Amino acid sequence: MKKNNLIFNMATTALAIVISMMIAFAIIFLVSEDPARAIESFLLGPLQSKRLIGSIFTTAIPIAFTGIAVSIMFQASMFNMGAEGSFFLGALAAAGAATSFNLPGILGIIIPILVGGLTGAIICSIPAFLKIKWGANELVSSLMLNYVTFYLGLYILNNFIRDKNFGALASHPLAQNNKLPRIVQGTSLHAGIYVVILLIVLSYLLIFKTSIGMKIRMLGQNPEFARYSGIKVGGVVIFSQLIGGMIAGIGGSVEIMGMYGRFQWTSLPGYGWDGIILAILARNKPQFVPLAALFLSYLRVGASAMASNAEVPKELITVIQSIMIMLVTANALLKSFKQKMVVKEALTNGTNS
Amino acid sequence: MEQIVSIIFSADFIFSVIRLSTPILFATMAVLISDRAGVTNIAVEGTMLFAALMGVIGSAYGGNVWTGLLVAVLSGILFSGIIAFFHLKLETDIVLTGIALNLMASGLTIFILYLLTGDKGVSTGLNSKTVPNIHIPVLRSIPVLGEMLSGHSVLTYLAFVVIAIITVFLKKTRLGTYIRAAGENAEAIDTAGISVKVVRLKALLISGAIAGLGGAFMSMSYVSMFTKDMVAGRGFIALAAEAMGHGNPILSTLSALFFGAADALSNNLQLFNFPSELTRLMPYALTIIALTFYAARAKKQLKK
Repeated sequence: MKKNNLIFNMATTALAIVISMMIAFAIIFLVSEDPARAIESFLLGPLQSKRLIGSIFTTAIPIAFTGIAVSIMFQASMFNMGAEGSFFLGALAAAGAATSFNLPGILGIIIPILVGGLTGAIICSIPAFLKIKWGANELVSSLMLNYVTFYLGLYILNNFIRDKNFGALASHPLAQNNKLPRIVQGTSLHAGIYVVILLIVLSYLLIFKTSIGMKIRMLGQNPEFARYSGIKVGGVVIFSQLIGGMIAGIGGSVEIMGMYGRFQWTSLPGYGWDGIILAILARNKPQFVPLAALFLSYLRVGASAMASNAEVPKELITVIQSIMIMLVTANALLKSFKQKMVVKEALTNGTNS
Repeated sequence: MEQIVSIIFSADFIFSVIRLSTPILFATMAVLISDRAGVTNIAVEGTMLFAALMGVIGSAYGGNVWTGLLVAVLSGILFSGIIAFFHLKLETDIVLTGIALNLMASGLTIFILYLLTGDKGVSTGLNSKTVPNIHIPVLRSIPVLGEMLSGHSVLTYLAFVVIAIITVFLKKTRLGTYIRAAGENAEAIDTAGISVKVVRLKALLISGAIAGLGGAFMSMSYVSMFTKDMVAGRGFIALAAEAMGHGNPILSTLSALFFGAADALSNNLQLFNFPSELTRLMPYALTIIALTFYAARAKKQLKK
């Protein structure tokens, strides 16, 4: 039965991808004057050059961070949207730590990442704490919290770490030893990929190989049962949201230190929402997040190529990925197929015994 | 401090509270009607954004503001039709579908705007119309009250009409009763031979229509154009307002007005050299505090 569920989920995901890609092509045919060229650059554009192949990976890094973060938070049955705020403020805190203290050598990388992770952890644990202690709806409070962290971040940026000699609103520049080194020449791929791989492995081990991970999964599958079996629900929930927020915060730090010379986001970058998309595609399993992240970033790099070659706005991909995740979560999409499978299994089991 | 107090008690301030509350009031009613049916419409945010753009387009191409309003309402209904199709027919999780539709609205509006105007940020290339403000004959000549309550957008008055209709509709009509039953005890009405799904579909479509009006207010009254992501969390604030009001139309309206007041206050505080980031932060922070406070009280009552 477990195996059947896996096949069923994979089939639903595959069908969702096929349907949404077909919708994408239909829209391209409607709006483009040269649909063949548009579709070609959408599908094959990312493979055109070494630089673009590299950018598939660099685009995948931040969303993979938030993807694991949201997977862990959703595993515990919490609709916590705080990854967006954690990523943003984590990045800002890392930039603040890097530019305010003169950190020597490797500490220039480690300390800002830890500060960013801690900041992220605090933010995502707030909605969980309010839920456990007073019953406040975490979905609503985390949505509001994202705006609070955004304006708080702008306030800190403007008043404490702003470089007043720089033309736009931005922090002081990062020193050379605060930047993650590039690892493949001619591309933007940076050492942050090692951090994300490490965190994917650790998250997988945490969720599937430890007792606290088992408790988190139990909460996700059957909260009532988890409660009756004596699990301290509050502690487990808050722990899972702390870990999720920490990963999102580290993600923000790595993005700033790998891709930018300063902190200069003046709007929420949206990576927290991307994390939700990835968690849905990966069905909250950290081990599937990298695959989903590479897939999504391939589509995005393709959409950018299409926008510059064929004048189809790259926002098309936002529409397509939304349709995709709605279809992926559509239990009824392959309902008759699933029923047949269950019946078949029951029949073969019947004849065997 | 004295100056701040004198501002709060001025007629201008109350006027701006009502104006700033209007989109939140529509959004709150849109959330409320869906929530009472047991299918909380998280996508009100995105629905408003989509309707805001479609209203601008409808009024620019239709030549007058009323076609714009009609198009906005119809696109609101269409958008919530999508959520209904996915949730009720394809059995998706309503929260995840709502999130997906909010993301979609953000990209789709830019996509459409770019195709029509070549711009990705604002709709100034479209000659769209605005909803007129009206002065109420007798009310306008009453000194202070007139300044507060007269001269608002047609849509602002409509928002209060919608609140009154929803209040009566939920209590007194058959569909209203079914909607409440679908939210409180879905099995019971299934047993009574009424399709829960059809009731929920109707609630979601009504929700979309109301959200459409809220979107129209944003782009055709609050300002006179569409700008990207212009709804800016008002649909989410409505979720909080409705939760604080426990789904009661009057209490939810009061909560929505509270957020409008926080918004107006934060605009005014900027005049006193208060850091603008902190005043912008305030309404959201107050929402979290108020939400927690009300949730704690409800939890306490439940224990008794």
